[in-house]
Amino acid sequence: MDNTPVHPAPSAPAAGGTTAVGRRRLLTGGALTLGGALAGAGIGAAAADGSGQAATAGEARRRETAYGTQKVPFHGRHQAGIATPAQAHAVFLGFELADRTDRAALGRMMRLLTDDAARLTQGEAALADTEAELAALPARLTVTFGFGPGLFEAAGLDDQRPASLAPLPRFPIDRLQDRWNGGDLLIQICADDPLSVAHAQRMLTKDARTFARLRWAQRGFRRGRGVQDEGATQHNLMGQLDGTANPAPGGDAFAKAVWTDAGPRWLRDGGTTLVLRRIRMELETWDAADTKAKEFTIGRRLGTGAPLTGTAETDPPDFDAKDALGFPVISEFAHIRRAHVGEERQHIFRRPYNYDDAPAADGRPDTGLLFASFQRDIGEQFLPIQRRLAASDLLNQWTTPIGSAVFAIPPGCAPGGWIGQTLLG
Amino acid sequence: MRTTAASSAPGRLARLRLLAAATTAGAISLVALTACGSDSSSSGTDTPATPSAKAAATAAAPVTVKDPWAKAADSGMTAVFGTLVNTTDSPLTVVSATSTVSKKTELHEVADVDGKPVMRPKKGGFVIPAKGSHQLQPGADHLMLMGLAKAVRPGDEITVTLTLKDERTLRFTAVAKAFAGGKENYRPGMEKG
Repeated sequence: MDNTPVHPAPSAPAAGGTTAVGRRRLLTGGALTLGGALAGAGIGAAAADGSGQAATAGEARRRETAYGTQKVPFHGRHQAGIATPAQAHAVFLGFELADRTDRAALGRMMRLLTDDAARLTQGEAALADTEAELAALPARLTVTFGFGPGLFEAAGLDDQRPASLAPLPRFPIDRLQDRWNGGDLLIQICADDPLSVAHAQRMLTKDARTFARLRWAQRGFRRGRGVQDEGATQHNLMGQLDGTANPAPGGDAFAKAVWTDAGPRWLRDGGTTLVLRRIRMELETWDAADTKAKEFTIGRRLGTGAPLTGTAETDPPDFDAKDALGFPVISEFAHIRRAHVGEERQHIFRRPYNYDDAPAADGRPDTGLLFASFQRDIGEQFLPIQRRLAASDLLNQWTTPIGSAVFAIPPGCAPGGWIGQTLLG
Repeated sequence: MRTTAASSAPGRLARLRLLAAATTAGAISLVALTACGSDSSSSGTDTPATPSAKAAATAAAPVTVKDPWAKAADSGMTAVFGTLVNTTDSPLTVVSATSTVSKKTELHEVADVDGKPVMRPKKGGFVIPAKGSHQLQPGADHLMLMGLAKAVRPGDEITVTLTLKDERTLRFTAVAKAFAGGKENYRPGMEKG
């Protein structure tokens, strides 16, 4: 009938908390699924011509802005931006510490950065914020800090570095470019609004640069907020549903897989680790593969995300199923078989973002995935999976790791505290 | 630690630490404020509140400073900003200030003189209206720290003591941040005071 924008279902704006966001997701998801486009179009129409009975113009406007004022609590046992349902926009900033940045300086830096993050995520200007007005709509802004291997050395605390927190071993599939590798300090900034991300990036960078220089910045995106059910697995830029087997944040399986429970004491009470891999998608050759080949490669249908042995995305893959000729339905070398992890504690939690930078003059894309994987221990969880994939994943023909970085993600902090205090304080 | 002042202006008062300052003139001691309702987990640089300040925590501080910060500077002079909040029913005037890092601290304004912004000591001090506030910000009123004894590095916390007209004093800490503005603070020849 028309292209009136469809607004998501109404719900209380900015109730805050992860709980509220969780409930909101249920409400929104349910409404979009059950009510479908019809109810949505009704609201949209009312907003457009003011004649609808479903909502007054004022109500409609409030719905449009509801996402902007939403806040994710900053303080807590864990840093936000891990179990937080992935926001639409992200930037990962990797810094290299200046030579003079020692343990005391790191403490000063983390107090400043923590204060900035605590304020900005709650919709308040940072101290000395020259664009204070940009802070008013955080749009679920989260700021998550991570410590690379070099930070421990700079602080004289190498004995506090988790044993497996080290640059990943070189895999034969890697084509790493130094400009995307390493980093002593990570700042992950996520929000449902790119302006919120940009403002936080500017503010945090201004306060970090006395102590460190920027090594890389990697921008990523997911579906815009409200475009689809928030609980839905999203497609990546190769057209695959990406993240189906992820443990659900908040659940027991998630907690067991993600929160570090061994190793240095400072990381154990609420911390985790992050592996960030920049994975280029070879879309030119992927284009040449037909749908059947693509699905054989992954082991899932492109459209539904269902395993080749099932009909729905959530059907567990049957790795024993054979076809009429006696061959496995899901190939020995299919991505989902190679990536499959049985035991809950061995799972990784993926929180990936797409990247799509400017294409070359001949149209070749610069496209891929910022593969962000959180796990309690890199050596025990990430590396075994990566070794299996590197050895014989069919998908390797079309994906190339070009950047690699690892970080310990310190626990969250209480009001008055600062991120990294359990290590540096 | 709980404070009454924090509840009247929730949020950013949290980061303030108003340290007890027993004055010669009066029995009023200013309340030690820490993060809203939570113990300040010792961060090493925090000056701990004295037990007497904790005991006095039910009395509201007449003046609090919200969101204080200082411009980082290698040497010479710098400035402190924030919002002075008067919690009492009568106007209060800040007449002088000292800091732990400068030889001298002045109360400055930036006035328009012949169409040009000129920085100069503010006559009569900073008047904070009853139950009101007074902003100290770049390009306007601020505390000028002159003759820095050492570099004020980003992340350093400096302690400033304000004296009110009635001789009560107020101590607070301001965190230093790298900041490009507030250039009027650095005009050559200003330091002779």
